[in-house]
Amino acid sequence: MAKVRGTGFAAVNYPTGMHLGGDPTQSLIHMTPAGDFVVTMASVDLGQGLRTVLAQIAAETLGVPYESIVVETADTDTGPHCTGTFASRTTHRAGNAVVMAAQEARKAMLEVAGELLEASPEDLETDGDGNIHIKGVAEKSVSVGEVAGAAHFGYGKTIAGRGAYLKPPSPMDPETGECDPDSTQAHACTVVEVEVDTETGMVEVIDMKSVYEVGQQVNPDLVKGQIVGGSWMGIGHALYETTAPGYPAIDPAPVDFQNYLQPGAAEMPDVTCEVLEYPAESGPYGGKGVGEMVTNGPIPAIVNAINNALDVRITQIPVTPEVVLRALDEKKAQAGA
Amino acid sequence: MEDKLIRLAVNGRDEAVVIQPLATLQDVLRDKLELNAVKSGCGQGGCGSCSVLVDGELQLSCLTLAERVGDAEVTTLEGLNETNAIVPLQQAFIENYAAQCGYCTAGMVMAAKALLDRNPAPSRDEIVEGLSGNLCRCTGFAPIVRAVQQAAQALSDTGEEAS
Repeated sequence: MAKVRGTGFAAVNYPTGMHLGGDPTQSLIHMTPAGDFVVTMASVDLGQGLRTVLAQIAAETLGVPYESIVVETADTDTGPHCTGTFASRTTHRAGNAVVMAAQEARKAMLEVAGELLEASPEDLETDGDGNIHIKGVAEKSVSVGEVAGAAHFGYGKTIAGRGAYLKPPSPMDPETGECDPDSTQAHACTVVEVEVDTETGMVEVIDMKSVYEVGQQVNPDLVKGQIVGGSWMGIGHALYETTAPGYPAIDPAPVDFQNYLQPGAAEMPDVTCEVLEYPAESGPYGGKGVGEMVTNGPIPAIVNAINNALDVRITQIPVTPEVVLRALDEKKAQAGA
Repeated sequence: MEDKLIRLAVNGRDEAVVIQPLATLQDVLRDKLELNAVKSGCGQGGCGSCSVLVDGELQLSCLTLAERVGDAEVTTLEGLNETNAIVPLQQAFIENYAAQCGYCTAGMVMAAKALLDRNPAPSRDEIVEGLSGNLCRCTGFAPIVRAVQQAAQALSDTGEEAS
């Protein structure tokens, strides 16, 4: 009996968006009298950082400071339609909708600024710090706040924009199976080293290295957060977590955190990740989705590493100590037969 | 059983609250005093999201009867700083992206504060042990551990307390 080590890897390519297309997200943007912009969405930020990402995209497109963007999310009663936060689609779908809405709002903003500066809107540019000036003539300038005041109280105009991003539905050809199911694909590969105790069956993930290709990262820190969190989730699914430990028997099922095993900080190895950026043609500023795929690579990579360590072929998850010990027993029996 | 009046010392204030017998500290803090940084996760001591300090000791408010707290001083996340300013420990959580959905965060911060108050220079293993009663489903724990390490370093640099 001993502790043995093994290495495994897995690769994933992951679609952004689904439903064969036809899953739209819309966005509305309006300027307040103070010169801020409110981005109204029904899309949901469930911790992945969507509000941050959409504020970045709106600020970039409008040409105004990030701090002047307020993103309202998640009210499906009153917000513009969003199919939902799933399928790693929201940065892409909602981001594209925000780009469209921000372009329209920027046009309206520059029209008012043009009246104030007695210039054609086409001759104006934003400095990203809250000012609009005539191209090449920085001193012929007006602040975004002044534009807001003039629009609201001088000209009686709204500065607003609408965005609707829809990838057209792509039904499958019944003869060939051909269809265009997603908007773009992200890619990743994960390499894992494990140590397996052949006496207890316990598996420890020693090291996890991943490389991801997720288009242009809109926010690299948030992307890293998804990758590290997903690595932990992968360890959980690969080694601990199940709602049916006696599968195919449904009972006994864990009903609380005392019985639903999951890894803690102690089980988290050093996670190293590299991110390659190949901007997607269809993405907002080249972005793809990264939300779900971060769990997909680590799981098979861990199981492969266990198989490599023990010279067995386990094909189920989670690989609990019992699964490890049964696989070793089977291997022993086959060797003896 | 009839409602009863109890007194609690919470975040430096004396509070008089009418509670139902057997009400948990969690329910009183959230529903009577509107201290909603105290999260209601599992309600059975399994997740740590309701963590508060009682006389400086980390305690699960969901398993604590409010009327048994007596004169002890209760501290919730809202009580880390009188002026609601961000304290160094919270700043470390922010800078390390140690929150995603945020549901565990207040409890994590309280667990980290309890740890740093009794051990200002914890090893990585001691941090892991100190946070072991608190579950996170988003971050993979690594950013949280890093945040506590950074906070400990910042505190040793400035000689301040955790909050």
